[in-house]
Amino acid sequence: MREVSYIERSNRPLHVYALMYLAFLYIPVLFLPLFSFNDAVYAAFPLKGFTTKWYEQMLASEPMFAALTNSIKVGATTALLATVLGIFGAKAVTRYRMPGKQPVVFVIMLPLVIPGIILGVALLILVTRLGINLSLYTVTLGHILISVPFAMATLIPRFEGFDKSMEEASADLGANAWSTFWRVTLPMVFPGVLASYLLCFTISFDEFIMAFFLAGTDPTLPIFIWGQLRFPLLLPRVLALGACILAVSFVLVFIAQWLARPGAIRSLDSRP
Amino acid sequence: MFLRSEAIRGYTLLSPTLVVMMFGMCAPFAIMVAVSFWTQHAFDFDTTFTLGRYQDVIDKPIYMALMLRSLAISGACTVVTVLLAYPMAYYVAFHVHRHKLIWIILMTLPFWTSYLLRVFAWKVILGFNGVINSGLKGLGLIEQPLEFLLYSPTAVVITLAHAWAAFAILPIYVSLEKIDRSLLEAATDLGDGPVKRFLGVTLPLSLPGIIAATLLIFIPTVGDYVTPALVGGPSGIMLANNIQAQFGKVNDWPMGAALAMAMMITVAVISVVYIWVTRKAAGRIV
Repeated sequence: MREVSYIERSNRPLHVYALMYLAFLYIPVLFLPLFSFNDAVYAAFPLKGFTTKWYEQMLASEPMFAALTNSIKVGATTALLATVLGIFGAKAVTRYRMPGKQPVVFVIMLPLVIPGIILGVALLILVTRLGINLSLYTVTLGHILISVPFAMATLIPRFEGFDKSMEEASADLGANAWSTFWRVTLPMVFPGVLASYLLCFTISFDEFIMAFFLAGTDPTLPIFIWGQLRFPLLLPRVLALGACILAVSFVLVFIAQWLARPGAIRSLDSRP
Repeated sequence: MFLRSEAIRGYTLLSPTLVVMMFGMCAPFAIMVAVSFWTQHAFDFDTTFTLGRYQDVIDKPIYMALMLRSLAISGACTVVTVLLAYPMAYYVAFHVHRHKLIWIILMTLPFWTSYLLRVFAWKVILGFNGVINSGLKGLGLIEQPLEFLLYSPTAVVITLAHAWAAFAILPIYVSLEKIDRSLLEAATDLGDGPVKRFLGVTLPLSLPGIIAATLLIFIPTVGDYVTPALVGGPSGIMLANNIQAQFGKVNDWPMGAALAMAMMITVAVISVVYIWVTRKAAGRIV
């Protein structure tokens, strides 16, 4: 281990603060699983006893499964298309010298900073003026727009991280662009592609605001939950469903972040 | 010649992404601008050009009040979030030497989970019969539930500070991580104490991260309506809730479009002024 500079030596108050901050980030979310096993309609202390009945009720709900299926369809499609668009974009901006690259990338990244409600209502107006019925397709369209920036941000470091000469070698050895892409580029960036797919899926799966404006009669899971929030007696079921969704999101995102970690390729190469 | 063909190949490869994103943003915005100059008639639009809706935005006190409240709430939320996140980012950048990646993943993981569920979790915590009130009552510290916790602007600020934490931590962390450690050692060698070193070197050099974090939180939170709807109550309602209502039960789309435009323009002007002012201020320090 390298010598730690005195500027970086340990600082106990800061360490305590960091742990408290992590608690602030995680504890609120952990109340959902906690109360989902509590044998009471209201989420309040003291805890009344352990039960799994809220999970049983939640699993017996037909509309919940319909919404879940819708969300999976939208999420899978969104993730696929956003990642493909992300691959095109990331390869172009990392491999070619292009005038005006910065403003172009800025435009692609713009949905990151546009308030969701503005993009949502603007798309709603466009879709209805074009006479298109609101459906899961319109939700998917909205989700692709907000996912592409995340796909690009995940993929660009991956394309930057591998040696361009490998592609050139492949081309010199007579492979055409298509087979170079399939045999050289894609395997090299694959962890990033998978990470992008998982992140985009999670974004779409959890997204509420765009879906709120763009979903027709078929609700996605967050829209379904929103509808349930009006009924206090259904609260424990929402807690159970929320706990499941949180667990799945945490696992997917953790895998994605791990795949996308800096130096993932290098650590594979240097393995003895 | 070579360069030109390279640029052409680059743009060809980029074109699917660029076309989708350009169309996906320009077309909706163009039509939204158009609608904001129209008038609603029952379920159809009168497409004669009018500035009437923008006149309403300025004249009707409710819209101005909501706009000011939105700006105040998300301004407060931005300041709170950045202040809370800075020491955290500082800790990971300077004091975590092993498993740095795990810390970064830990700090950003909650951000990726459902926004709706995170806001809902705060409703459970702050509620009249929620975690805090029932917990304090159980401990015998209070007789009556604290009412100010839920359905207030404070509740909105707390919830948003939690929801947008990752947007503050990451940019600040990146800018702190970039700082050349030898500059800090030089400051110390020249006699600066920890406070002076922080104010004179670390803080100015992390300013780009702070500016990015501020904008990444301020801009989206001005347009948030989920948090105010769930934990804000009547006194925490923001402009976005009204925009949402214009497209829902009020059914006045041109009014909603004009409000959305007014919000975007206001936020854009504030952001530009903010960037300009901080650049000027930073230029004076460095």
